[in-house]
Amino acid sequence: MPVYLPDTTEEVLSLLAAHPNAMLLAGGTDVMVGINHQHGLRQETSIIALRNVSELSRYTIDDTASTISLGASVTWTALEEAPFVERVRCLAEAARTVGSRQIRNAGTIGGNIATASPAGDGVCALVALDAQLMLSSATGSRQIALTDFVTGPKRTSRADNEVITSVEVPIVKGWQSYAKIGVRNAMVISIAGVAVVLNTEHRSVSIALGSVGPVIIRATEAETALAQQIDWERCSISADDLDDGARLAATAASPITDHRSTAAYRKHAVQVLTKRLVQRGLRDLAERGPS
Amino acid sequence: MSQTITRSEIRHGIGSSPTRPDGAAKAAGEYAFSSDLFPDEALFGVTLRSPHQHARIISIDTSKALAIAGVFAVVTADDVPGKATYGLIASDQPVFASDVVRYIGEPVAAVAAIDEETSRRACAAIVVVYEPLEPLVDAELACQEGAASIHPDGNIIRHQHVLHGDPTVKGDVVVEHEYVIGMQDQAFLGLEAAVAFPDEDGGGVDCHVATQWLHEDRAQVAACLGLAEESVRLTLGGVGGAFGGREDISLQVHVCLLALTCGKPVRMHYDRVESFLGHVHRHPAKIWMRHHATSDGRLVNIEARFLFDGGAYASTSSAVLVNAVTHTQGPYQCPNAVVEGIVVRTNNLPCGAMRGFGVVQACFAHEQQMDRLAEKCGLSPLELRRRNAMHTGDTLVTGQVVESVAPVTECIDNLAALPMPGSTVGTHSYLLPGGAGNTTRSDNVHRGVGWAFAIKNLMYSEGFDDFSSARCRLEDGRITLKFATAEVGQGFITIAAQIARTVLGIEAVDLDTIDTNVGSAGSTSASRQTWMSGGAVDAVCRVVRERIFEHHAAASGCNPLALAVEGTDLVDTTTSERTPIEEVVRGLTIDEEVVYRHRATVHLDERGQGNCHTAFAFVGHRAVVDVDVELGLVRVVEIATAQDVGRALNPLSVTGQIEGGIAQGLGLALMEEIIQEDGRIKNPSFTDYLIPTIADMPPVVAHLIEIPDPQAPLGAKGVGEPPTISSTPAIIAAINDAIVNATGSTQKIHRVPVRPLDIVEAAYGGTAD
Repeated sequence: MPVYLPDTTEEVLSLLAAHPNAMLLAGGTDVMVGINHQHGLRQETSIIALRNVSELSRYTIDDTASTISLGASVTWTALEEAPFVERVRCLAEAARTVGSRQIRNAGTIGGNIATASPAGDGVCALVALDAQLMLSSATGSRQIALTDFVTGPKRTSRADNEVITSVEVPIVKGWQSYAKIGVRNAMVISIAGVAVVLNTEHRSVSIALGSVGPVIIRATEAETALAQQIDWERCSISADDLDDGARLAATAASPITDHRSTAAYRKHAVQVLTKRLVQRGLRDLAERGPS
Repeated sequence: MSQTITRSEIRHGIGSSPTRPDGAAKAAGEYAFSSDLFPDEALFGVTLRSPHQHARIISIDTSKALAIAGVFAVVTADDVPGKATYGLIASDQPVFASDVVRYIGEPVAAVAAIDEETSRRACAAIVVVYEPLEPLVDAELACQEGAASIHPDGNIIRHQHVLHGDPTVKGDVVVEHEYVIGMQDQAFLGLEAAVAFPDEDGGGVDCHVATQWLHEDRAQVAACLGLAEESVRLTLGGVGGAFGGREDISLQVHVCLLALTCGKPVRMHYDRVESFLGHVHRHPAKIWMRHHATSDGRLVNIEARFLFDGGAYASTSSAVLVNAVTHTQGPYQCPNAVVEGIVVRTNNLPCGAMRGFGVVQACFAHEQQMDRLAEKCGLSPLELRRRNAMHTGDTLVTGQVVESVAPVTECIDNLAALPMPGSTVGTHSYLLPGGAGNTTRSDNVHRGVGWAFAIKNLMYSEGFDDFSSARCRLEDGRITLKFATAEVGQGFITIAAQIARTVLGIEAVDLDTIDTNVGSAGSTSASRQTWMSGGAVDAVCRVVRERIFEHHAAASGCNPLALAVEGTDLVDTTTSERTPIEEVVRGLTIDEEVVYRHRATVHLDERGQGNCHTAFAFVGHRAVVDVDVELGLVRVVEIATAQDVGRALNPLSVTGQIEGGIAQGLGLALMEEIIQEDGRIKNPSFTDYLIPTIADMPPVVAHLIEIPDPQAPLGAKGVGEPPTISSTPAIIAAINDAIVNATGSTQKIHRVPVRPLDIVEAAYGGTAD
């Protein structure tokens, strides 16, 4: 089983062109577990390890254009703290819920997206933030909305010769947060996750739901209803309107019952978390005062 | 003329907490667990397991596997030279299935090849033709009359009644409910692993294995291999936890058989998924109880029915069931009882020993019952328990008199006196329910407090010839101890040396290899090794001490009966003359071996009466929890415990057992469950079989009740199991209390592990109760 250790994105792309069935290895927190579970790789599989491609670990922040460009190999540990926490708090909070410290040191944002699990914490936050992806291959580059990129559970529109190079994340004015439920207090796969973004500039609401459908779901009806009912001047909402919005979010969820939880609980959890996050957001915004 | 007496002290003797001899290596990651044994030239062995829950084997074709380059042997039931089956109590489990497979994961064949990958490929090349049969999955159906039998020995492994006093007595107050306990895994971190080295002439085998009981393994392995016991030599490989899961045979026969077949060393090493299939689990149980009490809360009668799912093979199921039914009453007085216990075979995973051994299930039920009774009598949970507390000399529902020190009232009062932890209002959300998930703020949280108490039998029961052996050699002023006591992490190797130092006044104690070149020590289970192997080490050291006294008396002309060891000195008590022991033993060589036995016990009779247990330990737990009832999430804030330990030979080790046992009890309360669907484990990895992390485990406040038990060799009771037993119901009681505080609902959780939805439904109405 050949393992390639390219140093530049360009080398990655030519290796991918030559070995379109190669497996891309970033943090390895999914790949290595998978290899262990199936007692090794098939002989014919080759691996392209991205750890030496330093440009993929870089990020740039453009506060004027209100965007952050995250290299695909940026780790959860990096995302947990400054300068991300004050700009894309929702993503930083999602980063903190991922695995253990060791997992967060290794796991990357690009790997989370490529794995495309409906339980991916980072993906849920990024979907709420309307993130865009940059992909490259030997024949060119393309940009695609994250929601369009993920086509199903663990399925994406990545072509065999493509690598995710960066994630473009808008810096939103307002408030944002991510919360997830697991049966353990840490190091646990989400049984329901909710990301909420209150955009005070556009007076809009984004709600993304994780682990309650085949892919991360946007609760668009809840978003519209809440955006309309929130009193953006006073940063408040009536209890009934908030309940209605949270109920709409639960309606958007289409969870299954499996060994981790039941569909009924997952819907319930989405409703409670949506309500709590919107409440926390409006309270924080009200305390912060007009900006 | 004045004489100055300088008293000597022994370092690292009984009552101190010296560092474990293997501690530094384990902390540094340098300790060799059995899975770290990689002898040169060793082949790798892999097991082929049944994909069916219940099926007839039509044919097994190994030819394609044998044709693969690098494959040395493929063995099936036809290749087992001795007994075809093994088992701790009933010998009902095949080394390899030959005619029928009875659970998903049952071994069908094993392969040895030059490396793991080749072995796995060869395993995949074995063609087994199965004819699927109807699986029996429901324990209730398995014990019904006319149920199809899944084993030649029938479905019912044991059916035991306990009838005591007048079972028709009715109470003024009656509470009843059914309780459900899920299947827990031991989840030891060191996976099953062994290496076997065949004798050159093929007439015997050496096996290094992580186990709880070398001699029992040897007896079972030798029988299956058709060898004399002395031709099978076992050495303890480094053991990374056991908790009952290494009491049964897993890979021992397979690895030895492969080594003998190939004439080469063979190693086997399960991964986590195979480990879930390869060892027995805690019995899932359904328990119904009806408690009768006077209006002032005194128990007058208990009716109960226990139904345990033993899975496909018997293992220790019958003993687990006896433990359950004989602990129905808990640490309380009760004059009358009518109890029925049934453990059955099904086509589910085999169940057997796990820390607490049947008492975990019984305690969960009786403690929830005591809380219901307290509520109905208008008494606090503690007051109800005080009124019923068992004392030394009380009679159990088996008719057995509790001769052990029984400090139940002390457990209750000491626990009640411990200060409560502070409020978590305003703390970071990481410390609240939901933890890292950022789900919860202080205003979503309700506090609850719960209590639970337990009685646990120590050592083996029902007439089992339970003994332990130890050897002590004095040479060149040093002591060498040899025993076959499995060190599984509990720390016996530490206290064995402590005992020798205190008894002999000699600090230099070495430990010989733990293997079968000495008499059996019995199993490292049933909270028995401190008492049993500690008793054996104490006894053999006292024999050696007598020999030292005789030697000194012969040399100095004093009376050997007047000699004593004090610190590191030998003291003539008639003259107060002190001689350093190192001087006394110079040039002296002594070698002794003893066998220690505990008092005899008897088998329960048909009415469940008889002195079936040896001794008892007692414990209480107080759980303080924060619950986000709206989401059903729990944060255990603190566990306080008062435990009857007799005497803490090594206080740090006792604390370690208490904290570890509580973690396992917390796991059962909140998250640990093997979930099966059609006999297949849905969560066979640590991704989804959740065990507590540091973020789940609260601070533990432990109060040790040290009343030396006169029956125990060193006054010390076993401490390993009690922490696991009542911690689980204490946490559930605390959650019930938080639910009342949050919504006023008195619906209660009646199942462990509790799931978030169970809490939501109990709090807001639903089907939970």
